[in-house]
Amino acid sequence: MIVYLVRRFGQSLLAIAAMAVLVFLGVYAIGNPVDILISPEATQADIIATTERLGLDKPLYEQFGIFIWNALHGDLGNSFVYGRPALDIILERLPATMELALVALVISVGFGVPLGVWAGLRPTSLAGRTIMGGSILGFSLPNFWQGMLLILVFAVLLGWLPAGGRGETTEFLGLEVSFLTLDGLSHLILPAINLALFKMSLIIRLARANTREVALQDYVKFARAKGLSTRRVVLVHILKNIMIPVVTIIGLELGSMVAFAIVTETVFAWPGMGKLLIDSINLLDRPLIVAYLMLTVLIIVMINLLVDVLYSMLDPRIRLSEMKG
Amino acid sequence: MTDQSVASELELVGNPATVRIDSPITRVAKEFVEDRIAIAGLILIVAIAFVAIAAPWIAPQDPYDLAQLSILDGGLPPGAESMTGQTYWLGTDQQGRDMLSGIMYGLRISLLVAAVSLGLAITIGVVVGVAAAYFGGKLDSFIMRIVDLQLSFPAILIALILLALLGRGVDKVILALVIVQWAYYARTVRSSAIVERRKDYIDAARCLALSHRRIMFRHLLPNCVPPLIVVATVQIAQAIALEATLSFLGVGVPITEPSLGLLIANGYDYLLSGRYWVSLFPGIALVLTIVAINVVGDRLRDVLNPRLST
Repeated sequence: MIVYLVRRFGQSLLAIAAMAVLVFLGVYAIGNPVDILISPEATQADIIATTERLGLDKPLYEQFGIFIWNALHGDLGNSFVYGRPALDIILERLPATMELALVALVISVGFGVPLGVWAGLRPTSLAGRTIMGGSILGFSLPNFWQGMLLILVFAVLLGWLPAGGRGETTEFLGLEVSFLTLDGLSHLILPAINLALFKMSLIIRLARANTREVALQDYVKFARAKGLSTRRVVLVHILKNIMIPVVTIIGLELGSMVAFAIVTETVFAWPGMGKLLIDSINLLDRPLIVAYLMLTVLIIVMINLLVDVLYSMLDPRIRLSEMKG
Repeated sequence: MTDQSVASELELVGNPATVRIDSPITRVAKEFVEDRIAIAGLILIVAIAFVAIAAPWIAPQDPYDLAQLSILDGGLPPGAESMTGQTYWLGTDQQGRDMLSGIMYGLRISLLVAAVSLGLAITIGVVVGVAAAYFGGKLDSFIMRIVDLQLSFPAILIALILLALLGRGVDKVILALVIVQWAYYARTVRSSAIVERRKDYIDAARCLALSHRRIMFRHLLPNCVPPLIVVATVQIAQAIALEATLSFLGVGVPITEPSLGLLIANGYDYLLSGRYWVSLFPGIALVLTIVAINVVGDRLRDVLNPRLST
């Protein structure tokens, strides 16, 4: 187990290092930041002075060393636009994004697993076919388009829910959250559904496929033959066995939800870090872009690591095959 | 193997002329057409592709020729008539641009981006994947490390990073999509090639001292095609959606070459003020395209994967 943990942890570090190199090369080596920072009328002396001040006259490997050193100390540079440390600005926006992602995850699992199992038990029934048809639609509708339809129907036509923003927030465990006030909840509902729909379709399909396979196994037939109620067979014998792949997907998808929140936050003007990224790209605020990328990479790699470790605890076969490989 | 199939095989060996076996393509086509929804999807794809290719000849108006636009026709609802008596079936946008023509031209760009990036990504993915499986060892583990690393990050994040660095442009969107997608094909091809590689016909080919290239692409690759087709249909739908999303976010195609995603983004501001048609109709075109491809892809997966067809 320890061998596996060390090995897996090493892989995660490698992934973060690789992304750091790519982000650094991408952001700092392509194009010249000085051109953006300095006015077009600047003299040659000004340009040289700025280049020196930013350390851009040093060789690339030295710049990279400085970048890594500062990054390890939690310093990813000051935002050009806000004039404050980029990481602080991102971290201020992090709770809003995490709240959105977690609520969306709860929705997608809460509806996805039961619907998928239902469709898997009766694959040819009308309900089963409808669920599958719906999941193709959930798959096919691009995220931003779903969001716009939700706004069009529930905000513009029906006027039930607000079209954007976060609404009233309250303090919860030291963080600002929306889901505890009625106003905040009404703002949260549409974006969360929007973010959940795609993952829900994914979970429905996964749960359905696994249910179909598991339902044919001998132990399910035996459980039925023993005279157990259908409810018990489904809830205990089938559900338990389909949860292993579902749990993995849930873990992995949490990371991708943070990324997909970029789209949802833009459509619903949700003040999270994804919207901040789009704003920063439009304003060419490089330190903020770098800070966002490094933080997101860190979050995703950590989640992947956590899922793998949990999974290997649940299923020893994985651990063994990894150790051999 | 049951007695019956042995018997039919013996018969086949003894008397090849009497038993006709369908080629794999005919078999797949025959099974495919059993599903009516899949046929509808296929017809829709063909129709959409035709509209996209023929747009300059069949569109009522060239939406980017300013001489043909009249600002007086701006913001007309669907079905309204223009000053010159022409009917705008899907309405017009703020500049008096016919939405129907705009959508036809937009489809053109959306499909062009998706098709070109698909071709390039498949080519790279296939070469890398087959090589990894065929040569194995260090090359294989090196390539798969990169693939795993890339696939552990969401596609949209990687594409967004690339475009944030490169700037807008049709060529840049294509480049970003290729970089995002090649890994899926590499992994798919490698996983089926690694199974095929252990089979006798590869050993036989090697005994004949055929070149590596010939074995890889003439012997190994053709046997890895079915899963590749399935992944390709899923991925082309993904590519269209991803391009639309990037353009919607303002980092995709430039304003001079609007794809469906950019048309939707342009109409987004008018959505709340009741001019729904400016972004609703391009959205419907986009969704129809993606749904049609996914429906066909779903059916192909069922047909090409015998394990699921029970």
